[in-house]
Amino acid sequence: MNSEANPISTLVWTFGLMSLFAVGGANAAIPEMHRVAVDVQHWMTDKQFADVFAISQMSPGPNVLIVTLIGYSVAGVAGALAATVAMCVPTAVLAYYVSRLLVRSSQSRWPAIIQAALVPLSIGLMGASGLILALTSDRTWTAGLVTATAAVLAFATRLNPLWMLLAGGCLGFAGII
Amino acid sequence: MPPDSPPAAIPAPELPTSTPPGLFALFIAFAKMSLAGFGGVLVWARRGIVDQRRWMTADEFNETYALCHFLPGPNVVNLSVVFGSRFRGIPGGIAAFAGLLGPPVVIVTILAALYAHFGEIDALRHILAGVSCAAVGLLISAVFRMMMPLIKRRDLVGFALLAAVFIAIGLLRLPLQAVLLVAIPFSIAITFAVRRRAAA
Repeated sequence: MNSEANPISTLVWTFGLMSLFAVGGANAAIPEMHRVAVDVQHWMTDKQFADVFAISQMSPGPNVLIVTLIGYSVAGVAGALAATVAMCVPTAVLAYYVSRLLVRSSQSRWPAIIQAALVPLSIGLMGASGLILALTSDRTWTAGLVTATAAVLAFATRLNPLWMLLAGGCLGFAGII
Repeated sequence: MPPDSPPAAIPAPELPTSTPPGLFALFIAFAKMSLAGFGGVLVWARRGIVDQRRWMTADEFNETYALCHFLPGPNVVNLSVVFGSRFRGIPGGIAAFAGLLGPPVVIVTILAALYAHFGEIDALRHILAGVSCAAVGLLISAVFRMMMPLIKRRDLVGFALLAAVFIAIGLLRLPLQAVLLVAIPFSIAITFAVRRRAAA
């Protein structure tokens, strides 16, 4: 834990800035969250990061709430709220103003170009998320197999993702992973 | 991203098919969608806004979502603000935002407290390890789903950009801001040039 600066202000600064760079949504920002929380600030271990990712995927609500869990581990309830607000409010304000701007100038072709330009970047970011999370979660070959199976099932079928999370939990409880 | 991502070209919006919702209705609607949305709220948002309440047509929803997807930050959070403010101004945006985030934040904070107390118990560690393996698989499948349009178009430029970001962030572990401050202008310039050449 970072002892020099006030942890709340570090959380606000970190996630407030990250919010504006999270092209492609919360899951695309996971590598940056991991870099800051594990490597730079030492707020949590690799294993704890994998755990909070799992909890955030199992919980109701948007996936961005992984920052609530990170914030809580840094500074309790106040940290949880600070991280959530910092991650969600700046981009919400931006979205409000941009949407008003675009309603007025909907003939412009720039939004389409910018959108097309951002798509490959956000896929690259999500891919990096997948890699970093796989490295933190899949420490055994059975774990890697579960990840691969879930990926194939989710890609090829319309099975509710919750079943796969549940199956993963059961396999983990049984000590297979 | 779910398979129902919006198309690049969006037709002109039609009139909404129902009366605009009030502040309380916005709060409740987004709270319900959010609490139903295990592993992603977007599908539920579409179902709630378009199919059940008829507050928007499917095209209007796609248009709003496309805007929120090209903006940074959590897409559904952006969507709630843009959607709420379209009907009821800034208070509407705040009501939808609060509905989307308020109830799940309470739940997740409780889960965080439970994890802080019981996270070291062996059974829980094993369960979470299993869940996180499966969750990573889901994320990887979402990446491949998003790549399918690029594969179908044989978009080599797109793949090069994708690979560059993947290497910079995933392998070299460079900071996000630095990578994007280079990658975004570069990608916009290339996309613009490619389109101009295609049009010429």
